[in-house]
Amino acid sequence: MTAPQIEIQLIAAIVAAACALPGAFLVLRRMALISDAISHAMLLGIVVGFFLTEDLNSPLLILGATLTGLLTALLVELLHRTGLVREDAAIGLVFPALFSIGVILISRYAGSVHLDTDVVLLGELAFAPFDRVVVAGWDIGPKGLYAGGVILLINAALIALFYKELKLATFDPGLAAALGFSPAAIHYGLMGVTSLTAVGAFDSVGAILTVALFIAPAAAAYLLTDDLARMLFLSVGLGVAAALSGYWLAFLLDASIAGSMATMAGVIFGLAWCFAPERGLVAAARRRARQRWEFAQRMLAIHLLNHERQPGAEPELQVEHLWQELRWDREFATRVVSLAEGRGLITRQNGRLELTDRGRLLAEESLLA
Amino acid sequence: MTDRHNGKVPAVEVQDLTVAYREQPALWDVDLTVPSGVLLAIVGPNGAGKTTLLKAILGLLRPVAGQVLVFGQPVEQQRRRISYVPQRGSVDWDFPTSVLDVVMMGTYGELGWIRRPGRRERERALAALDQVGMRELSDRQISQLSGGQQQRVFLARALVQDADIYLMDEPFQGVDALTERAIVTLLQQLRAQGKTVMAVHHDLQTVPEYFDWVMLLNVRRIACGPVTEVFNEQNLRLTYGGRFAMAAFAREVEEAAPAIVTPDRSRSGGDDHGTGAA
Repeated sequence: MTAPQIEIQLIAAIVAAACALPGAFLVLRRMALISDAISHAMLLGIVVGFFLTEDLNSPLLILGATLTGLLTALLVELLHRTGLVREDAAIGLVFPALFSIGVILISRYAGSVHLDTDVVLLGELAFAPFDRVVVAGWDIGPKGLYAGGVILLINAALIALFYKELKLATFDPGLAAALGFSPAAIHYGLMGVTSLTAVGAFDSVGAILTVALFIAPAAAAYLLTDDLARMLFLSVGLGVAAALSGYWLAFLLDASIAGSMATMAGVIFGLAWCFAPERGLVAAARRRARQRWEFAQRMLAIHLLNHERQPGAEPELQVEHLWQELRWDREFATRVVSLAEGRGLITRQNGRLELTDRGRLLAEESLLA
Repeated sequence: MTDRHNGKVPAVEVQDLTVAYREQPALWDVDLTVPSGVLLAIVGPNGAGKTTLLKAILGLLRPVAGQVLVFGQPVEQQRRRISYVPQRGSVDWDFPTSVLDVVMMGTYGELGWIRRPGRRERERALAALDQVGMRELSDRQISQLSGGQQQRVFLARALVQDADIYLMDEPFQGVDALTERAIVTLLQQLRAQGKTVMAVHHDLQTVPEYFDWVMLLNVRRIACGPVTEVFNEQNLRLTYGGRFAMAAFAREVEEAAPAIVTPDRSRSGGDDHGTGAA
């Protein structure tokens, strides 16, 4: 790997990790779409800030963009609170308004500024290594690395400090308020962090795909664990995995890095969705299948229990009768019988089935329940 | 703690409280005095403002008029002495956390910002879980709990706060008979310790058995006092019989109607005629 390649991957990984932290809380608070709104709307803040400072890395520009993000969250809430518009519609109304003003400004003044629409929409990680930080004549690395690193540190520090408050206000805002923690302050704190992070992600993946880095790793982590702290670490890990694998996908396909990272974030979520140990589709299907066989064995045990003491019930106890009496198909009946036999619920002699004590217990328990 | 007040300062005093959602009053000029050490049931039909009253007492809603005093002071200065048990359905039980963790949230108030719960908080949470018979489930994921178990977790969380006043929103909602017994026992223990409990309650039949005070509420305060004095048919009719009374009222009007309606009709007929002519 060349030095620029390593630098690009480092930046991508740091940005993804920074997004994943607030992302976990956005997912839990059902506010995934607000991150999309913020990352779009802040285009306006970035454009205006850029006109004023002429420098994409100016702290003023970052501040302006962060404030635009907060403004978005505030406007969505104000609009929603009038009771005339639902929250999703409020989001859909606010961010295109701010975003489109940004688009108009860029297209109107595109000739005079170095800010083109493609970069704004999709970011350009590939160019990140060209923008260096030089201190006293020494090149100490790309700017994106430092910007991303600072944002990641801020996010990690704030979440570590206010972990308890975030958890409480997310799980039970009513109790948070009753205990004197202001859920509104926590909400806008999280919105501020989300905005700042979106500014950082903006350079790397642009306005459109930032939401993928916020949401996909966190949504995958949510399926993989039942513990909030673990969910945060997993979100970060999966975000980094999406960033690195996305980089190499882009390398192989010679395609957009941002697009590939977002794609890999989606792929990782898809994998978790299918294969998560307890909540995944596969686990759920297996659980259902297991329950089906378990239930069939119970039915068999109850059937035998009902008939074993009846006079003239001999035919009922024959294997061949199962598919006639219970309307089971032959293969299914054979499988259930051998499963039940394997578990020691029944014994089989010359095709005649008999409950063991264990099988009788299971049948009696099932009837009681 | 409550002894110091000798029951003279009421635990909760609500004066002329009006709360409105977008100009729609949810509580109209409610007065309420709850002495220290009673088990009070708040009853009333749906939309009577029961939850609103609890939230207003907690300071979660800003009243349009009136004020709430807790042990003679504004609620903001008495937060530590109030404990709140919200409706079970008000939170997301799929949240990734454990029973013990939820109960420990009850200690967050005294910890204040930033400080994390430690061993002491853990011990207290376990003790509270013991009180509600849930200690062995302390590591359980909250998504795996039954309705009754969820309610017990909420109660344990309230117990951890070691408050003087407990505000409970439908603590008996959708719980099994065993849990209902357990909750009743717990309420009586709280009263024995001199605590005050205000609970939104739906089952009118159990009011006299479980509670010693009752408030009948239907946007306005209908009555409030010892169960033996105010929990009677007349007050219940006033609380729940709004619609019934309206129907009866309408019928009376109808019976008296011909005398009133006839001239009305003739007048409207005259109008018709008039417009027809025009």
